[in-house]
Amino acid sequence: MRSLRLEPRTEGAQGAAVAASVIAVFATLIAGAVLFSLVGRSLSAVLYSFFLQPFASWNGIGEILLKAGPLLLIAQGLAVGYRAQVWNIGAEGQLIVGAIAASVLAIGFDGAASPLLLPAMMLAGGFAGAAWAGIAALLRTRFNANEILTTFMLSSIALQLLYYLVSGPLRDPMGMNFPQSILFGDAALFGPLIAGTRANTSLLIGLAAAIIAWAFMERSIQGFRLVVGGLSPGAARYAGFSEARSVWIGLLVGGACAGLAGVGEVAGPLGMLQRNLSPGYGFAAIMVAFLGGLHPIGIVFAALLMALIYVGGDFALVSAGLPNATVTIFQGLLLIFYLASSILISYRVVIGARSVEVSA
Amino acid sequence: MTATLIFILGGMLSAATPMLFAAMGEVVAERAGVLNLSVEGMMATGAATAFMAATLSGSHLVGFLAAGLAAAALSFIFAALVLGFVANQVAAGLAVGILGLGVSALIGKPFEGTTIAPLAKLDLFGLSLLPVIGPIVFGRDVMVYLGVAFVLAIAAVLGRTKLGLIIRAVGEAPGAARDIGYPVLRIRLACILFGGFMAGLGGAYLSIAYTALWAEGLVAGRGWIAVALVVFGTWMPLRIALGAYVFGAISLMELSLQSLGVQVPSQLLSASPYLITIVVLAAISRDATRIRLNRPLALGQAYRNDG
Repeated sequence: MRSLRLEPRTEGAQGAAVAASVIAVFATLIAGAVLFSLVGRSLSAVLYSFFLQPFASWNGIGEILLKAGPLLLIAQGLAVGYRAQVWNIGAEGQLIVGAIAASVLAIGFDGAASPLLLPAMMLAGGFAGAAWAGIAALLRTRFNANEILTTFMLSSIALQLLYYLVSGPLRDPMGMNFPQSILFGDAALFGPLIAGTRANTSLLIGLAAAIIAWAFMERSIQGFRLVVGGLSPGAARYAGFSEARSVWIGLLVGGACAGLAGVGEVAGPLGMLQRNLSPGYGFAAIMVAFLGGLHPIGIVFAALLMALIYVGGDFALVSAGLPNATVTIFQGLLLIFYLASSILISYRVVIGARSVEVSA
Repeated sequence: MTATLIFILGGMLSAATPMLFAAMGEVVAERAGVLNLSVEGMMATGAATAFMAATLSGSHLVGFLAAGLAAAALSFIFAALVLGFVANQVAAGLAVGILGLGVSALIGKPFEGTTIAPLAKLDLFGLSLLPVIGPIVFGRDVMVYLGVAFVLAIAAVLGRTKLGLIIRAVGEAPGAARDIGYPVLRIRLACILFGGFMAGLGGAYLSIAYTALWAEGLVAGRGWIAVALVVFGTWMPLRIALGAYVFGAISLMELSLQSLGVQVPSQLLSASPYLITIVVLAAISRDATRIRLNRPLALGQAYRNDG
């Protein structure tokens, strides 16, 4: 009797990982097309404005790079934790806290022309993000509190903190009561990376993070401990790997990367501290981490893809009148299809006769 | 003063109801071993669908049913991922949750800025005219009472019936349950769908009963608080319900404090549910033994029928 079965793979399948991603992208396109035709939009208009228009201009490509920078950076940090099964869901809040820390410096030293200001802001932002995540690490290691919930709660708290600061203590006194800070001086801003676009140095930081993350996960002992802890907590415990240390490293690294990304936003395209710091980079980066298969190199491609969806969404809003929710829907669909097609990585499809046990 | 008291206590029951429904659905799913983090998205989908359905049909009942079905459909996607494709439950929950938020925005867009008549308040047993206690306990809308009924029913089913025992077995030791002959995947599917339906009802309550409107961000983290409530209540429906009512009271604090003339930055009040969630979570989880005793053993673990 012919049957279709899934058999667990015994050895790794590199080709399957790429195939899974490709299948996911196509499935997302098809599903999105179906969804939008149901809502009455022309399929070709949707696909064009979302996926082709961003490439049609230098500006579009610059925007993709601009958006990819923070996504890449945050996702690298998150993936370090995810591979150890440390689930940091609060990257958005850590980004905000990093941005706040950098802004405090930028505002406090406004007018100073020191080349040290920007690096100091980056350090402050990274530390602040790491510290914010560290709260969750402390809650997990000391109080056994689930980090999924604590990091998300902290993220919501960080948002309220931001709202409070830009409405009060950090508000521009001459800004006509708008909830935003002063515009940062030149010494506190990143210069443009590619002339004519808004892409800036945070992209370079993201790429550097990719290389560092790869080196850490593939070549260092501590990275090995984290990965083992994620694959088999029992084995890790037996080998004496400290679960608490993995939790701390996983969360601190993720928090630092998110904090740095926050610095990249306020010292980059925004140039100030305001209520709307990021279009959900923290949450999108979670998806980027998974889409990249939690692998440093895969994450680079996933970040570019996710950035394309963001930018495509902006174009689609203007030219095809698609609501902003379209971006969220595409992102969700992409991750869903990726998770589904990833089964091909661990399992193999077998078409054939049902095997029968024969005893000799 | 009495008016404030009535407002807080009565409003507490209503404010708690969305989280109550969502948490009841989630506890069933988690007792069966599945960690469903898409509650926020399912509630949002339910809220938008309910508003659309109630506006178009003029009936709250249609709104609630449509919401439940829509959220259940969303949870089916989640079930397919974690049961069929053996996907990581955390990732799948986040993905479906984000999809749910996006879908809700799409559904609700044409109806933003409009409003409908909220669900009518009842006069239970004709007792709502009693002083103080009357309007608080007997003058709420039907979903508040239905919520209480669900809590009692789910507590009874999970704790005292064979069905509840099977569900718990599936959540503690799915391999053993399968060996005895129970269809683990089918049971988990049913529990996930139930969880989705309940989350949809909870979200629907927000948009057609509590605040009779739809806006993006209406759910405002209540789905996540519902997930936290399940942990607070150590996976026991009655404790979870207690937590839900306490949170209902807290969410009213902002208005109550303002009416009492207390000056607190509004952002602190908005952050207070999350702060309190963290504190309580830490306090409850601190006793690792208690968590270990009550947490379904196989919660969050991938399962395959021939694994």
